[in-house]
Amino acid sequence: METMLRDRRAALLLVGPALLIYSLIVLVPVVWSLVYTLFEGNVLSGFQFVGFQNYTLLVRDPSFWQAFAFTLKYAVVVTIGQVGIGLLLSLLYVFYLGKASGLIRTLIFFPLVLPTVAVAQLFSKIFEIAPQYGLVNSLLQGVHLDGAIQPWLGQGGTAFWVIVIMDIWRAMGFYAVLLFAGLVEIPGDIIEGARVDGATGWRLVRYIVLPLMTPILFSSLIFSVNGTLKVFDSVLALTGGGPGQTTTPLTLSMFNTAFSNGQYGYGSTIATALAIMCLLVTLLIFRSARRDVA
Amino acid sequence: MSQILTGRVHETKRSVPTVRAKRGIPTRKLLTRAPVWVLIGLLLVVVLYPLLWMLLSSFKTNAEFSLQPFWALPSALHWQNYADAWTSGMSTYFLNSVLVVFPSLALILLISVAASFALEVMLWRGRNGILLIFLAGIMVPLQMVLLPLFTIYFQTGLIDTRWALILTYTAFGLPLSVFLMAGFYKAVPRAVIEAAVLDGANIYQIFYRVALPMVANGLVTIALVQFFFLWNDLLFSLTFISSDSNRTIQTGLLNFTGEHGSVDWGPTFAAISIAVIPTLLLYVVLNQKVIKGLTAGSVKG
Repeated sequence: METMLRDRRAALLLVGPALLIYSLIVLVPVVWSLVYTLFEGNVLSGFQFVGFQNYTLLVRDPSFWQAFAFTLKYAVVVTIGQVGIGLLLSLLYVFYLGKASGLIRTLIFFPLVLPTVAVAQLFSKIFEIAPQYGLVNSLLQGVHLDGAIQPWLGQGGTAFWVIVIMDIWRAMGFYAVLLFAGLVEIPGDIIEGARVDGATGWRLVRYIVLPLMTPILFSSLIFSVNGTLKVFDSVLALTGGGPGQTTTPLTLSMFNTAFSNGQYGYGSTIATALAIMCLLVTLLIFRSARRDVA
Repeated sequence: MSQILTGRVHETKRSVPTVRAKRGIPTRKLLTRAPVWVLIGLLLVVVLYPLLWMLLSSFKTNAEFSLQPFWALPSALHWQNYADAWTSGMSTYFLNSVLVVFPSLALILLISVAASFALEVMLWRGRNGILLIFLAGIMVPLQMVLLPLFTIYFQTGLIDTRWALILTYTAFGLPLSVFLMAGFYKAVPRAVIEAAVLDGANIYQIFYRVALPMVANGLVTIALVQFFFLWNDLLFSLTFISSDSNRTIQTGLLNFTGEHGSVDWGPTFAAISIAVIPTLLLYVVLNQKVIKGLTAGSVKG
């Protein structure tokens, strides 16, 4: 009876279009990109084989390391912020709001669906200084903290934090829902039992709730790190990588190298470094999660 | 790891620990609760106020921006801002986005629904391997494919056309859609398929008449999730589109604020609102479906 479901011709016909377009536009270019790392040039000037020169260039390139450091710092800070605040929110939903949390969950999730470019334009207006003060500077003026008024996006140090705040603002509600889903899976009688045994407040969370949430916590960390290491839209739309190179992540550095300087080979090398970085970090979190659970 | 999520997010509503099932909260407890409600109020202000501020600002005249404090309400609904934004480019960008996003969505649905049926319902050697290859695509950083794709589109003359975006959007929409769709097919009872086989339906009829109607709900979810990814896309549009008349909404908005952003605040806020409003409306109407879909699809970085 199952012979029909084993019809290879039908299977091929159904899966064929997907496989074809996916191979041509995703798989082949990935391999192609790896080949590009051994060449230099671009689509207009033609390509030249240079061996491993791009890789040696990468290791010695200070602007690569600057972008690398920014990416890492940004990913660590934003991941901690997104997952950390998400965790606090999820605890709030379950232990304080209970069944009433639906509406609040929905509202706090909201910013995630908005286009990053639009949100970034909004934030650049919020932190604007010229020609007029934005929301933040106006508020500071309003409470007579004129000394604190500054060009938030015009300085590398503060611009970093504006990007961080924006991306935490965008995604905290998302991680809250993700972790909430893990939290409600914990059987109520385990919590009740722990309460009867005298575990309350922080101790209850630390020794009972968190250990039971480990799998979903680590998944959230992996999603967040993978998303933040690839940050592009937020930075481009908010600061354009500036002032100077101070807020340029690897993705933007790759983009500029390829399209402003016309160096496809070197651009691909940066992209490869980024891909390896994502893979390593994911494996690292995955392994530490395994050890923790076991 | 991904299975953990897709399996469970759908059940968020049940089994909230019955910690506070007792009726009638005593006054003392109400007092200790007060700080929590203040905190929640603050949170909602932080999340919602920027959006409210955006909408309000989109109705202000330039004079109001320079003379009134930032949090002031607009004196009247100055619709002219929307007209200005719409006529100085936003209409083109909006239309371009519609013209690439919807064909891409249709292709994604059509292709992934067929592929995941073959991968999940049918039985043949190698199907697990192919499913795995699709899943790997979810993790690929887009930067890895940008330059080869640019070269391909440049050589084939597709650069700076809608086709470049439609092809790319479709291909990159597939991994997640196939993955989610396979999950929906998995929920179709095997007995239903077997009964259809016994009734003499051929494999295409089983696909089209039996399995497809049972995963219709999944189609809506996937269309929603992909809509947000495609409508909000910046990188591909920035890379493959060069002429202003072909720009999509996000690259167009960047261009618009680049030109008008520092002077004409009213139209700029109107332009931002135009880019935001479709996502806002969808979320207001279908938020529970959106939340389920996006959390199930969270494997995408």
